[in-house]
Amino acid sequence: MTSITMPQPDYNMKVVRQFTLTTILWGIVGMSVGVIIAAQLIWPVLNFNTPWFTYSRLRPLHTNAVIFAFGVSALMATSFYVVQRTCQTRLFGGSLASVVFWGWQLVIISTVISLPLGYTTSKEYAELEWPIDILITFVWVCYAIVFFGTLAIRKTSHIYVANWFFGAFILTVAVLHVVNSLAIPVSLTGMKSYSIYAGAVDAMVQWWYGHNAVGFLLTAGFLGMMYYFVPKQANRPVYSYRLSIIHFWSLIAVYIWAGPHHLHYTALPDWAQSLGMVMSLILFAPSWGGMINGIMTLSGAWHKLRTDPILRFLVVSLSFYGMSTFEGPMMAIKTVNALSHYTDWTIGHVHSGALGWVTMITIGAIYHLIPKLFGQKAMYSVALINLHFWLATIGTVLYIVAMWTSGVMQGLMWRAVNADGTLTYTFVESLEKSYPFYTIRLGGGLIFLSGMFILAYNTYKTIYAEKGSIQYQELGSK
Amino acid sequence: MSLFWTIWISTITLIVVLGCAVLLRATSKNNTGVPEGEPMPHTFDGIQELNNPLPKWWTILFWFTIVIAIIYSFAYPTFTANYNGLLDWTSADKDIKSPQESKLRAKTSHSQYQREMNLAEIKYGAVFKKLAYNEDGSYKSFTHIANDPEALKVGQRLFLQNCSMCHGSDGRGNRGFPNLTDNDWLYGATESAIKTSIMQGRSGVMAAWEDILGGKKGVREITSYVLQLSGRRVNTLEAKAGKKKFALCATCHGENGKGSYVFGAPNLTDKIWLYGGSRKAVEATISTGRNGVMPAWLDVLGEDKIHLISAFVYSLSMKNN
Repeated sequence: MTSITMPQPDYNMKVVRQFTLTTILWGIVGMSVGVIIAAQLIWPVLNFNTPWFTYSRLRPLHTNAVIFAFGVSALMATSFYVVQRTCQTRLFGGSLASVVFWGWQLVIISTVISLPLGYTTSKEYAELEWPIDILITFVWVCYAIVFFGTLAIRKTSHIYVANWFFGAFILTVAVLHVVNSLAIPVSLTGMKSYSIYAGAVDAMVQWWYGHNAVGFLLTAGFLGMMYYFVPKQANRPVYSYRLSIIHFWSLIAVYIWAGPHHLHYTALPDWAQSLGMVMSLILFAPSWGGMINGIMTLSGAWHKLRTDPILRFLVVSLSFYGMSTFEGPMMAIKTVNALSHYTDWTIGHVHSGALGWVTMITIGAIYHLIPKLFGQKAMYSVALINLHFWLATIGTVLYIVAMWTSGVMQGLMWRAVNADGTLTYTFVESLEKSYPFYTIRLGGGLIFLSGMFILAYNTYKTIYAEKGSIQYQELGSK
Repeated sequence: MSLFWTIWISTITLIVVLGCAVLLRATSKNNTGVPEGEPMPHTFDGIQELNNPLPKWWTILFWFTIVIAIIYSFAYPTFTANYNGLLDWTSADKDIKSPQESKLRAKTSHSQYQREMNLAEIKYGAVFKKLAYNEDGSYKSFTHIANDPEALKVGQRLFLQNCSMCHGSDGRGNRGFPNLTDNDWLYGATESAIKTSIMQGRSGVMAAWEDILGGKKGVREITSYVLQLSGRRVNTLEAKAGKKKFALCATCHGENGKGSYVFGAPNLTDKIWLYGGSRKAVEATISTGRNGVMPAWLDVLGEDKIHLISAFVYSLSMKNN
């Protein structure tokens, strides 16, 4: 690698710093709500007999907080950082970047207030009512202008692969959000609207949106993050340029079709179900392309895993990514889906992606970013990063193994029949058997959340240390 | 589905799948002008990209999924609603618009749902028949079934899976959903009444009386009288005034308030309250009315299973007699 230091353009790092810190804040908030609702499933009394703290209102708050507050903040932080550095130019649009930051915080605050109050469209991951939807659209357009504007004024000849993924994520999420949220407000002053779609069409549009929130936000967006921070942290070239081309184009072309696998054996027409299933199957290879390119980038740098816990975060996140993108196409097969659908297996699958992939790669990127953003050579404590790594890994494994086990158990219990053809178990019996696994899940979630507090502490110590005073340490060295 | 949509879906599906195949072929070869394993001639913030070939096993995996997908698309309905694929498969008869049509089609349809239902009928239908019928082909009496532990167990299972959501897994009901263990029957204790309730369903409608009774005061007076009927201590003046108005209620509940099986009107002189026996609950029932609905189960379960469920429900009250 070249070590020539070129005079750096005057990057806009303020907005990156803001988004990086809010990523940590909203991560802690969103995951705490997750821990609370996991506890509510064991002890329902934890809703304190109020409407605001009932499971049905806190659950969407959890999903919205971790996806749109934590996840999108992380993507905005890293995309603004990466696009500037790989285009060698300051962010386009001047203070528009600040509009994106404060606008997005306003969206999050509206979410945190309106969902517990019971305002909801009842569309999963799109629960926010129409005034907030309009605000999201506005902020997102600003975000797109800043990002694509920066690409347009770039000083480099080509566009780096990380930016392809960020770009696909920004464009597609805009289309998904607008189309799925189309609704007619009951009044101009009220927080109530009705979707313009009905019946099976509504379900199809919802899961076209829902699955691609996973595909373009939680997969493509974070692959963009991966393509910058893995080679940077490992200090190795990206494994294969050609692999990044084929897996990028096939991923974005095929993902958009996969939504109907959420609606197997429903009123959705058979042809749409089959189409969703075969596209989900094809999606397997394009998804794995990203994992291969990430992990193979470490060729010749594997020894660094012994000393660099940040790299551990990145590599383990890629392993979880590979695992969930294998599991996803399998679960999309109708016969597997007949067992897994509506069970905790789905929750396990989602969290192997959300905790294992999305959060771990984000944490790795944050540990890489914080020292650079706040004028330090390294994080305050490498031992704490390592501790966080183990808490995150153990928490994730406990969580997903508990949910896999209870999910498969539920699926088998629901389909068991007696000699007379009646069901062997009532629903309540399967619920009763799930309680031990709910307890393990709560434990896993708590362990994972405790790691986030360590991240916050380590960040605090790094920021408030005297500039440049922290020396780089290897893990294990004294 | 119109021809346009069929062509539209088939075309873009094939463009995406074949597009993947074409690009996979193209990137499998080195057309970059850079020798394999060497870095591409651009760096981004110090990051280089190597021109490594695609991993062989991964390329094979990709081709494999494309081939499987194409085979599956032709075997099963994928491109249009008008064609069930080479295997002529369909999940359910989604064009059926009424239960009657569904019954007519049941024997001839080969949808996956109907096939599995027909198989289940062959396999399990006989089990229920044996438990529910006498040898002469008539239904066994409820007392007969109630004394047959095996039949009772099957009845209980069916109850747990279909009835317990409203009536509770012990059959003791819930507010608005009758307790089935107290020997207090809204529509009568006969076998045919119990079976009819389950097969045809019931709709227990109590009208809203507030306006007719002249507002809150009238409701209060009637409530006092009704509570007095079951022996509660009330303001006797109010109850007296209420008694005069009770003629309105007597149409369904009877002059002595003992209710009527014909209307499903509850007996008001006992201590059993379907919607709660507090003054507030009774006043709410009288002023705004009630709409109790028991769904009809005949089309869902068939008469044989309902006979077993009825006998089980009947047995719950027998125990408490």
